[in-house]
Amino acid sequence: MPDIRDLKEKARKLRIDILETIANAGSGHPGGSLSCVEILIGLYFYKLRHKPQDPGWAERDRFIMSKGHASAALYATLAACGYFPKEELKNYRKLGSMLQGHVYSGVPGVEFSTGALGEGLSVANGMALGAKIKKKDFKVFCLLGDGEMQEGQVWEAAMTAAQHKLDNLCAIVDFNGVQQNEPVSNIKNEEPVAAKLNDFGWNVLDIDGHDIGSVIKALDSSGSVKEKPTFIVARTIKGKGVSFMEGNPKWHGKAPNKEELSKALEEIKREKI
Amino acid sequence: MADGKGSEGSKGPAGSKGPEGSKATRDGFGEALVQLGRENKDIVVLSGDLEDSTRAEYFKKEFPERFFNLGIAEEDIAGTAAGLSKTGLIPFICSFAAFWANAFGVFRVTVCYNKCNVKIIGTHCGISVGPDGATAQALEDLAAMSVLPNMSVICPADAYEAAKATKAIAGIDGPVYLRLGREAVPFVTDKDKPFVLGKADVLRKGDDAAIIACGVMVSESLKAAEGLSRERINARVINMHTIKPVDRAEITRAAKETGAIVTAEDHQINGGLGSAVAGVLARGCPAPMEMVAVRDTFGESGEGEELREKYGLKAVDIIAAVKKAISRKNNGKN
Repeated sequence: MPDIRDLKEKARKLRIDILETIANAGSGHPGGSLSCVEILIGLYFYKLRHKPQDPGWAERDRFIMSKGHASAALYATLAACGYFPKEELKNYRKLGSMLQGHVYSGVPGVEFSTGALGEGLSVANGMALGAKIKKKDFKVFCLLGDGEMQEGQVWEAAMTAAQHKLDNLCAIVDFNGVQQNEPVSNIKNEEPVAAKLNDFGWNVLDIDGHDIGSVIKALDSSGSVKEKPTFIVARTIKGKGVSFMEGNPKWHGKAPNKEELSKALEEIKREKI
Repeated sequence: MADGKGSEGSKGPAGSKGPEGSKATRDGFGEALVQLGRENKDIVVLSGDLEDSTRAEYFKKEFPERFFNLGIAEEDIAGTAAGLSKTGLIPFICSFAAFWANAFGVFRVTVCYNKCNVKIIGTHCGISVGPDGATAQALEDLAAMSVLPNMSVICPADAYEAAKATKAIAGIDGPVYLRLGREAVPFVTDKDKPFVLGKADVLRKGDDAAIIACGVMVSESLKAAEGLSRERINARVINMHTIKPVDRAEITRAAKETGAIVTAEDHQINGGLGSAVAGVLARGCPAPMEMVAVRDTFGESGEGEELREKYGLKAVDIIAAVKKAISRKNNGKN
């Protein structure tokens, strides 16, 4: 088993990097970046087979960040892994920077550019199907937002993955319950989302997405059910770790100012783990 | 959205056999795709449940393990193909040209922004598809596909060219849109001349005007040129099989040497071949120009020939356009 305490400490550091990166850029998406921190830590510091010094390693597991607006979270994770110097985060969203506003494949470690919601799961399916055709044993992981589950393409892709028995695929939804303007349930209610995915033919795990131990256990059990893709419904809190951001749609796509940043960092640094 | 099969008629290779010396471009594609599958094990085919109509079924029969019918889900097909391409495979995705409109956003971000090696096959293009009516008549696809960065756009004139283009695009790294027709069209190209992306072919010489056409309108243009010759007007006919990247040099040469240009396409007047040619002329070599195309309207049910007549896509319309362009040249009214 990995050192859970160490992973929690990494999560704390990642939240700090995310907020500093977004505040420095003056724009970005803190809410949905903070909600997926434990998921990204579980993937990049535990589950994924990858080599930060060799991003193109042919046998690497593939990760598609379908919720491409949470780019600060992925970029900060990749920097923490050593794909590129952390200094680079200061150029996030700046003219000429590789760190484009939405997840961009020009960044070492980024598999695929995303940002138009609803499109990533089909891509992950294609990679998983391609692995089977080419008899490769890499796994494919895909992180979606709950808001983007309103896109019809996600459900087309959900049918495809089950139909083609893609048991080398694990999708995770960062179910923070809040989208840009309102709670998800006020707009297009997706519940009971786990039951729906189950009915679509997936192996479904419904977990606390901020509990690193649960995230790791769920990631490990993906692929254990043969001939079925796995969907992890990770219950999370939008803006997790910053009291004034938590559950507040206002912080979907707004950068904190200097004062808000220092208040947020203080809370995160103070949190007991 | 793909509900256009009802009136497909016969299903086999004979389905689109027309008079002697003609064949549908979709048939040329379907046969070439099988050959390609034999030569290259990385070719995979995705279908939107229309493989009988698109002729992708020839590939399906020989390579069932590399064929996937993903159902009536164009966005998902486009996205899945993108993922497949990133594992080193070369997916050909096949549906009706009209239904790919549903996947435009996926072509934009997933396929083109990510420079995915995906080959998009859109059959049953244009008003020529006939009785299924407006919803099945793709008249906007050249415009939609051409505007996307990294995309190449091809519309072959006959089945020979469709077959050659099918093989050629497997060797091009990046997204390509190949526009094909349902009905048999006369052979007008040289079977043995290699297909070169972005390099137009002059099918008939002439210096009074140049007709630049693609797809089914190439044979109409040759008919028009024949008719014009009886009135001592020598019209050049250029087969602009690649709409993007368009052959700027050939267009400029035609404008300089003939001074009057007519474009002909089974597509909307906005954003297709005519717009591409006009853009080259305006920036490089202005000349009087007329456009034969569907005039910003949806189609309707009817036989292909009847529709081309009603919507002004026949040789007679091209002849009138050539005369008009020449008269503008002579009047100096550019």
